[in-house]
Amino acid sequence: MKTFEKSNSFYKVFERKGGPAKEATHYCPGCGHGNVHKMIAESLEELDLTKRSVFVSPVGCSVFGYYYFDCGNFQAAHGRAPAVGTAVKRTNPDAIVISYQGDGDLAAIGTAETIHAANRGENITVFFVNNAIYGMTGGQMAPTTMIGQRSATTPLGRKEDIHGNPIRMCEMLATLPAPTYIERVAIGNSKHIMKARKAIKKALRIQAEGKGYSFVEIVSACPTGWKMDPVAARDWLIDDMLKVFPLGVFKDESDNQDEDAWKRHFEAFDKAKVDVYLDRMKSAVGDIEPTVLPGDLNCKFAGFGGQGILTLGLFLSQIGMRGGHHVSWFPAYGPEMRGGTANCSVNLSSDRIGTPLVDHPNVLVVMNQPSLDMFEKDVVDGGTIIIDSTVVEGNADAKRLNVVAIPASDIADEVGTPKVANVVILGALVAATDAFTPEFCESTLRAIIKKKSLIDMNMEAFRRGYDFVKKA
Amino acid sequence: MAKQFMKGNDAIVVGALAAGCRAYYGYPITPASEIAHAAALHFPALGGVFIQAESEVSAINMVYGTSGMGVRVMTASSSPGFSLKQEGLSYCAGAELPCVAVNIVRGGPGLGNIAPEQADYFQITKGGGHGNYRLIALAPNGAQEMCDLTMKAFDLADKYRNPACIMADGITGQMMEVVDIPEGVTDLPDHSDWAVTGKAQTSGNLISSIVLEAEDLEAHNLKLDAKYKEIMASEVMYEEYKTEDAELVVVAYGVVSRIVYSTVDMARKQGLKVGLLRPITLWPFPTEAIAKLADSASNFLAVELSTGQMVEDVQLAVNGKVPVHFYGRCGGVVPGGKELLGEFNKIMEGVTQS
Repeated sequence: MKTFEKSNSFYKVFERKGGPAKEATHYCPGCGHGNVHKMIAESLEELDLTKRSVFVSPVGCSVFGYYYFDCGNFQAAHGRAPAVGTAVKRTNPDAIVISYQGDGDLAAIGTAETIHAANRGENITVFFVNNAIYGMTGGQMAPTTMIGQRSATTPLGRKEDIHGNPIRMCEMLATLPAPTYIERVAIGNSKHIMKARKAIKKALRIQAEGKGYSFVEIVSACPTGWKMDPVAARDWLIDDMLKVFPLGVFKDESDNQDEDAWKRHFEAFDKAKVDVYLDRMKSAVGDIEPTVLPGDLNCKFAGFGGQGILTLGLFLSQIGMRGGHHVSWFPAYGPEMRGGTANCSVNLSSDRIGTPLVDHPNVLVVMNQPSLDMFEKDVVDGGTIIIDSTVVEGNADAKRLNVVAIPASDIADEVGTPKVANVVILGALVAATDAFTPEFCESTLRAIIKKKSLIDMNMEAFRRGYDFVKKA
Repeated sequence: MAKQFMKGNDAIVVGALAAGCRAYYGYPITPASEIAHAAALHFPALGGVFIQAESEVSAINMVYGTSGMGVRVMTASSSPGFSLKQEGLSYCAGAELPCVAVNIVRGGPGLGNIAPEQADYFQITKGGGHGNYRLIALAPNGAQEMCDLTMKAFDLADKYRNPACIMADGITGQMMEVVDIPEGVTDLPDHSDWAVTGKAQTSGNLISSIVLEAEDLEAHNLKLDAKYKEIMASEVMYEEYKTEDAELVVVAYGVVSRIVYSTVDMARKQGLKVGLLRPITLWPFPTEAIAKLADSASNFLAVELSTGQMVEDVQLAVNGKVPVHFYGRCGGVVPGGKELLGEFNKIMEGVTQS
C-alpha cells in the first residue's frame, strides 16, 4: 500500500542529518512535525512539484527541514522565512516556495514578515505548525501558549495580565484583502489528519496555479515540551487547544481567482535591455564643447525654498559639464530644507575638485535677506555677490566685493512668471564672471529644460539678466 | 554625451544595474532614500524586482533569498537602518552569499541626525554582526566612484561569495557630479553549483549557515578565514597623492579625502611636505602601503568624521615607528580646509604631542 512507502519527495537516506540513524527523523515521539512533513512531501509528489520546490526551514524544531525534503532548500534566520520566501518567489515566479514555520518563528519574532508577506499576497505557501510551546530552545512560552499553561518561562502558568493571550494568526490574517486561502487544521484524530492532508495539498495547488497566498495552520502536539505522554498530549490538544484555536476555513478565494492572477513578472539579466537603459541615462546636453574658464568658480547660492536656488545650481553645473569641466553641486539637505531656506554649493574647475563644500565662495547669489546677512562675510576679497534686489533690501560692501544688485524677480514677472528669477540671476552671473558665452549657455539650457513650452521664457530671462549686467 | 550630472546616490543605482543587479530590497531612510527612489523607478522597468520591505530586517533577509538563488541583489540604507541589517549580513557571510549592501552614513549614535559622519567604520570593518566574518568594504569619494565601486562590489562579492559593502557619507550620497555612464557587464557568473534556483538542476543545493558539530563549524570558520586572508592579500585599493616626499602623511577616506586633497595643495604652497593616503578599500585596509610610508614619513595624521576609529588601523599599520595623530569632527560638522591646515602646521611645528 502506498501509504506505507516513504514519499519520493523525501530523501531516501537523510545524509544531511548524519549520525547513526539516517533513515529516522530527529523529531520526538508524538511530535506533529513528522506528520506534517509527510503530508507536504506526499502533496508535492502528487502535484508533481518537488523538483521546482524551495523549502525554507525556520529556526525552531523544524530548523532541519532540509535534512528531509529532496528539493531546493534554504535555512532562514529566526522569523524571516516569509521574507526569504518572498525574494525566492519574486526571483523565480515558477518556483514553488514553502515557508515552514513554528509558533515562535511565525507569530512572535517573525510577526512583521508574516503579516506583510500575506498583505502583499505573495504567491507562496506558509505552513504554520502551532504547538503552543518553544520546543527546540527548551519549552518556553510561545505566542500561542494557552492561558494557565506552564512553560519554562511561565512556571506558574500563562496569565493574561502578565503575558497576554494566545494569539490567533488565522483570524488576524483573514482580515487582510490579499490572502487567497487561510485554514486551520489539526493533527488530533484521524478525521483531523484527513482534513489536514486536504488543506495542505489545496494550499500548494493554489500556489502552483498562481492564485496567490495560502496559509495553513496545523495545531499539533509537543509531548516533550508539554511534559505529557503522546496520548495525553493528543487528548489535551483536542479537548483544550481546539477551544482556543477553532478549526475551519477562515478565507478561501481560490475559486474566484484566475490562474496566474498573482504570478509576478521577473526577467533574467538581458544586456540589450540594460544597454538601452544606460543609453537613456546619458545627458541630453549634447557633446562636450571644451571652453576655457577664466578661473575656478566656487559658488554659493542661497534663498528661500521655491525660488529655484537648487535649479540655478543645476543649470550652471550642466553648462560647466558641457564645457568639459569638473563640476560639483551639493545641497543643504534634510529638515532645514523643509524649513523654507535653501542653499547649495557649486564648484566649476578645470582641475579635479577637492572639497565639494564651498565655505568661502568667489561667487555668492542671495535671493533673500537672511542669506545676505549670513553669507556675505564668507565671500573672498574681490569676489562677486549677486543680489536679487526685488526681494533683498540691504546691500553688500562694494569696496570689498563686486556687487551686482539686479531686480531679478521684477524682471522675471515682466518675462511672464516669477519662477524664472533664478534664470535671470544665471544670466547676470555669466555676465559678471565671463565664465561662458551667452550663446553657449542658451544652447545648453535649450537641451536640458524638460518642458519645451517654457524654453522661450527661460531664454528671455537669461538674456535679460545677462544684458542687465553687460549694459549697466 | 556619455556623461550625466547626477547624485552619488543615483550613481549607485546606475552602477548596480550596469553590473547586472536584478533585485533591490530596501526601506526608506535619509540620507540614503534617493537610492530606493531610483531603484523603484528602474528595477521594475528592466524586469527586475523592487520591494519596499516592511523593515530593514526583512529587506536584508530578502537579499539573502535572492542571493541564494545566485542572482545579483542589493540593499541600501543609512546608519540606524544599517545596524538593523547586521544579523542578516552575518547570515549572508555564514552561508557565503554574495550581495551588495550600501551604507550612506549619518550622524549617530542612536537616531543621531541626518548629517554626514564616518562613525560606522568599526561596525563595517570589524564586523557589526555576530561571529567570525568580514565585509568587503569600499569607500567612494565622489559620484563616479559611487557608480564604479558599486560595480566593483558586485564583482568582489561574487568572486569571494561574501557580502560587499559601500560605505559613503551623506555628502557623497547627496552631492552631484559628472559621471561617465559605464559600459554594462556582458556576462554574469554561473552559480548553479551552489545556488538554489527553484529548478530541477539545483534541487540538491542547500543555502544555510548552520553547522551543528563543533569540529565542522571550526572547519567552516577556518575556510572563511582563509578566504578573508586571500582578500587581504589581493584586493587592497588605495590612492596616494603627493606622498613621495611627504613628511606628514594624512590618511583620510570618503568626503574627508576630498577636503584633504585641497588642503594638501594649500600646504604645499606654504612649503609643507604633506601628502594624502586614501584607503579605497576600508577592509581590506591598506596596511602595507601605510607601513611602507612609515619608513619615510615622520608623522601620520588620521582625519575622520568620527571620534577616532580608522586611526586605530593606521596605528596598527605604523606600528609605533612614528607618531600617529588624530583629528576628527563629528555630529555632522565637517572640517574646513583652513582648519585642517592649522592641524598640519601644528604637527609640523612639533607642537602637538603624539
